[in-house]
Formats: sequence, C-alpha cells, structure tokens
Amino acid sequence: MAEPLIRMANIRKSYGRVHALVDANFHVNEKEIVGLLGDNGAGKSTLIKVLSGAVPLTSGDIFIRGKKVTLRSTSDAIAHGIETIYQDSALVTQLSIARNLFLGREPIKPPRFLNRMDQEAMNAVARDLLRQVGITKNIPPTTPIGSLSGGERQAVAIARAMHFDSDLIILDEPTNNLGVAETQGVLSFVRSARDSGHSCIFIAHNIHHVFQVVDRIVVMRRGKVVADDIDPKKTTVAEVERVITGMSDKEIRDAISDGRDSHG
Amino acid sequence: MENRSFVQRLIARPEFGPLVLLMVELAVFWGINPDFLSPQNISNILAFTVELGLIALAMTLLMTSGEFDLSVGSLFGFSPVLMWTLYNSGVTSLEVGLLIALVVAALIGLVNGWFVTQLKIPSFLVTLGMLLVVRGTALFITDGFPQRTWSAEGSWLADILVGDFYVGPFRIYASLFWFIGAAIILGYVLTQSRTGNWIQAAGGNPNAARARGVNVNRVKVGLFVVSAVMASLAGVISSLRTSAANPNSGTGYELEVIAMVVIGGTALTGGRGTIIGTVLGILILRVMRNGIVLIGVPGLAYNIFIGAIILGMMALHSWLERRHQAGT
Repeated sequence: MAEPLIRMANIRKSYGRVHALVDANFHVNEKEIVGLLGDNGAGKSTLIKVLSGAVPLTSGDIFIRGKKVTLRSTSDAIAHGIETIYQDSALVTQLSIARNLFLGREPIKPPRFLNRMDQEAMNAVARDLLRQVGITKNIPPTTPIGSLSGGERQAVAIARAMHFDSDLIILDEPTNNLGVAETQGVLSFVRSARDSGHSCIFIAHNIHHVFQVVDRIVVMRRGKVVADDIDPKKTTVAEVERVITGMSDKEIRDAISDGRDSHG
Repeated sequence: MENRSFVQRLIARPEFGPLVLLMVELAVFWGINPDFLSPQNISNILAFTVELGLIALAMTLLMTSGEFDLSVGSLFGFSPVLMWTLYNSGVTSLEVGLLIALVVAALIGLVNGWFVTQLKIPSFLVTLGMLLVVRGTALFITDGFPQRTWSAEGSWLADILVGDFYVGPFRIYASLFWFIGAAIILGYVLTQSRTGNWIQAAGGNPNAARARGVNVNRVKVGLFVVSAVMASLAGVISSLRTSAANPNSGTGYELEVIAMVVIGGTALTGGRGTIIGTVLGILILRVMRNGIVLIGVPGLAYNIFIGAIILGMMALHSWLERRHQAGT
C-alpha cells in the first residue's frame, strides 16, 4: 500500500498534567478530503496545531510521504506543504487580495536591489485564482480583504494554498458564521482544491457540512482517534454522532431531553 | 466595485480629509491675514516643519507596523548634545561626532525594538522608559545647561544639512531636500516594496504575517532603529540651523509627531499608513501653529486647536473607514 501523504504516529501532547493528545494516530491520503470530528475538548484542535507547527508535540512522529519531519513553526509546516486556514486569522484585512495572496513570497521586479513588488503580475495571478476557486463576481484583486464577505475570505485563503502548491490544506471551522449560500460556496472551493490535486482536512461543528464534502471521517474523543475510516456515503449522521459522544441512541435522546428540560 | 467613480475613490482615500483640512486652513489664514502667504512666512514655516517632519515620516512606518516611539523627542535633544559635547571636548571632529550620535541613536532604537519584540512589553511603556533614560542622560552630561555651539557656518556638514539659499524671495534650507528625499524613499518603501507589504501585515495581523514566513520582529526592530536615527538626524539639523544644543529641546515633540501621523490617516492601531497623509498632517499642524499667531490668537491657545483637529480628524477617519469596510 502506498504511503499516505501525512501520517501522525503515537502523538502525545501534554500541558502539565493535562493530556490533550494520547497516542493519537492519524493519516491523510493523497487527494483526499478528511473530515475531523469530535466534541469540544476531544483534541482535534490540538492535533491540527501540532500538524501546522503552531505547538510542539510532547512525543510521537510525523511523516510526510513516508519521510519523518520535524515541524517547529508554522513557516516550517508551510515549507513542507501544509497550509492551515483559520477563519479570520489567516489574512490581513487591510491588505488587498493580491497582496495577501503573495504575502511573504512577493514577486520582485528587476532590478532586485530596489525590492519592488511586481504588482501587475500579482494582480494577474490573483484574478486567475479567484476564477479558479469559483468566484464569479467581478472582484478586483486590489480590493482590501476587509471589504469581502466571510465566504470570499475563505476562498482567497484556499486560493492561496492552491497557488503555492500546498499538498495539504487544513480548514479549521471554515463554515462558522456563514450563511447558507456562502457555506455552499466554501464547500465547492474545498472540492475544487481536491480536484486540482490537493488533500484537505476539514474541521467543522456542523456534521452536515462535513458529510457533504469529505471522502472519509475521522472521530476523536478524549485525545484519541476512536474511528478513522468512516465512509460518509455508507453511514448516517446519527451513527457518527454516537461515535463522537460515545453514547447509545437512548443516551443521546436522554441528554437532549435533559437539555430541553433545563432550558425550560 | 470596479465601476466606482473617480470622485468616490478620491473621497475614500485616507489622505482626502487632511487635504481638505489643509486647504481650508490655508484659505482661512490667508483670508484673515494676507501676510500669511508671504515668502518670508512660508520660508519660516518650512524651516522647522521639515525637521519635525523627518521624525513623523519614520514614525508613520513604525505606527503602520503597530508600534510607536515616545523616545523621539528626547533623542532630538540628546543627539546634538552628544555631538557638541564630543566636539567641544576635543574628542572628535564634528563629522565623527555626528556619526557617533547616529550610531548611538541606532543602538537606542535597537534596545527599544528588543524590549518590545523579545520581552513582549508594549512599545508605549518601553519607549516611555527610554524617553526618561535618554532625557536624563542629556541633562546629566550637560548639568542641565545648553552646550556651547560653535558657529557651523562654512563646515561642509552644515552646508549639506542646513545650507540655505534663495529661490526668488524664498529662503530654502538644504534640510528641505533631505525631507523630500526621505518622504519619497519611505513612501516608496511603504507602498511599492516587499518590505512595505510586511510592515502593513505586521501591524494588521501579525499572526497571519508570521504564518506566511514574515519575520515580524525583525521588521519592527528595523523600524525602531529608523525612527531613532531620524529623530537624531532631525535634532542635529535643528541644532546646526539654530546654533543651539539644549538638553531640554524636543520636549513634547513625540506627541506632536504622533498627532501629525494620525491626522494624516495612519491608523493608531497599525496595518494602514500613508506617507502623503503624514506630509499633509505635518503641514496642517505647523501651518496651524504659525497661522493662529499671525491672525492674533494667543499662542497659548494653540493646543485647543490641535486637540480639536485631532478629535475631528479621528471622527472623519473612523467614518470613512466604516464606509470603506461597507464597500460604499
């Protein structure tokens, strides 16, 4: 069997006596969208932070296409082709779309010592990329990010990851606070990223969004991966909810009704 | 969005408000006292304006990166004191004294930057502490007295920094060209260069900038150094022009410079800055200071006008920003 794109083996992350990750094993294959689910505190955010270089792991190994890597910082992860898109935190709202797309890797016009950005080239690429991710509205690449809607911002972040050939795009709650139409837009951006050869990890509280877009679902509970091969086409939302909570149908129904009672 | 008219785009620019205010100021002062636009008065305004302006230009970049520097006024006083002390005591020539003053200023900027980026202490506190250290040092080494200043006339250093000549009836100092040169270079850096993109990103969303591999700390430390060196140069230029080196000079300049920058449209919170706006902000405050005296308003009332301008311009920038974010 071919090596997966990313493999995380026996990952432990402890904050003092608190164990956020306990021997977690996780993998993502090439050109695959993986839905990462779990209740609050299940460890999915910590797992993603470890993979994106934002926090160091306590023990365990990370492999990219079978080769062991050390991710000391987010720039390290980006250099290894892992791009994380946090809602609202990935872009600079004051800068234009084109300047955000190329932030940190701006093309320079000759002579190089003048350090002058090639803004025409940046704008041209930005226009192409916006079309590629399916933004049909005529948005000039010089528009500041602050003027865009939440869905459009996600699209810009995804377009950036695609342009710089990130192998893995991690989307942390990309559909939070978005309207129905915008959510569908983001889901279609994710599909277009996979269709052009990228893998994605999709984290969302809304299981229905995850079901619409992912190839495989991984569930975490109490710092461990408790299921890593759920096919969304062969399972139901209720079944996945049971795996997430670790409760039976009856226990889930009781918990919901308890919640209703306590809310009056 | 692409179809917005020229007028709409002009109004949306952060420099539009300051430009209108400057025009109104000029018209009002000229209307009340025609001498306001006399060659002699314009020459007077320009002479000191560019000295404070040099500091404001560097402060624009620093504030765009999300930091500010309260120690610039004390450096404005300290650097000429250091240069003249070295020269008067026979330790160095005036030129080497200037070089040493600039290097010391750069080191002070480096220390400011290190405290802010490595110890994560807000720049307000760090540079307030540095203000006291630098001002205290200037007072200590001079015993609080102005330094003896040799007439710099005839020195090549004085010629290239503050040499004056007449263009028609206007008396122009060489420092005006230093100011114009600095404005062009820093304007280019901020809007055209890759470094400018990093400066804006560092102020707008430092975490996003770091995630893209931008060395935010290095950008900020570099700007603290530029700010300190420009304040030092401005102090030396002023000292050579007036043949004075007072350890107390520059007191309060830090706030006036920050006011110039924010009136011009640079965001106090970082992320957005404009050199053209700062040039307008510099002119607005200096013209105001000169104009209210010329039209007979007591000089002591100056701060009332400055405060009102700052409040008014902040309200205008906030309104324009909201319209801009709403895409209207």
